[in-house]
Amino acid sequence: MELSKNAKIYIVGFAIIAVMVVGTLMFVPGEFGGSDDSGGETAEEEGYTPWTDNWLANLGFELPGETESMLFAVQAAIGAIIIGYFIGVNSARKKADAPSAIEE
Amino acid sequence: MHIMEGYLDPIWCVVWFAVMIPFFIVGVIKLRAIMREHPEQKMIVALAGAFIFLISSLKLPSVTGSSAHPTGTGIAVVFYGVGVCSVLATIVLLFQALLLAHGGFTTLGANCVSMGIIGPFFGLVLWKIARKAGANVFISMFIAAAIADLMTYVVTALQMTLNVVTSTGGDFISSFVDFMSVYAVTQIPLAIIEGIVLAMFAQYLSTARPDVFEIADKNSINCFNKSDMNAEA
Repeated sequence: MELSKNAKIYIVGFAIIAVMVVGTLMFVPGEFGGSDDSGGETAEEEGYTPWTDNWLANLGFELPGETESMLFAVQAAIGAIIIGYFIGVNSARKKADAPSAIEE
Repeated sequence: MHIMEGYLDPIWCVVWFAVMIPFFIVGVIKLRAIMREHPEQKMIVALAGAFIFLISSLKLPSVTGSSAHPTGTGIAVVFYGVGVCSVLATIVLLFQALLLAHGGFTTLGANCVSMGIIGPFFGLVLWKIARKAGANVFISMFIAAAIADLMTYVVTALQMTLNVVTSTGGDFISSFVDFMSVYAVTQIPLAIIEGIVLAMFAQYLSTARPDVFEIADKNSINCFNKSDMNAEA
């Protein structure tokens, strides 16, 4: 079966992303901490003292790592559901149009 | 690119909010006009926001040995301009500040200026240039998304540098180099990944919904343009 032009683009695109991510994890030494935290640490190294903390820390509460991961997953899911819905609607529309196009 | 709560002096928080607010207002005006005059575009607006939600939640490893997240603003800025992009980015930043304590409320203006305004502005300019030069949708979106992402982190580095230098009296150049190495260098491979992801989706759109690119091609770089605010695009 001949692949469509779009299918070839998706395969090559995802392959490049996979190589970049896996290659980085395999060959680059490091703990892969967040650059946002590194930015704060750099500011402190340069003599800056933060004047407040985030609102949860100010209430004496720290978000557990697992909960933070779950909330990031929720954020990703919100985006993915909308994108999936859009693709599904377009696909259904295309299928609904197909028989009438054949009849014509 | 999130500047954490407490890492910008109050005066800089005010400055960046002052920069953000005009863009945010024209974005809200344009969004209202789109909802009223072009309700058929609601799904595309939701899609633009969805990409920011999805892609900005993905923390990816980089060649510097640290992780960062792409921004996902390419689709929003290409289709609806900087104003609408700033509103959609603000929604995501508020979600993260409120639920994840990631970023912050006092730094919301600065984070929106980098992620929702200046970074995407460069992406939109590059999109226009690429399209005028005859580049196809895939190449144009790749350039726009990657540059929007990378410039977001360059702006964050600049914001942090200005804050530290004015607060501690340090050297601007050395401080900027430090922040650029933390933010922008880390971001280069991630910007390429974001460019590929959004370019693939643009390729999908170009066959599934080619009509949406008429919106993108009519969209103005100047979000304060009156016809642009009235959703003539």
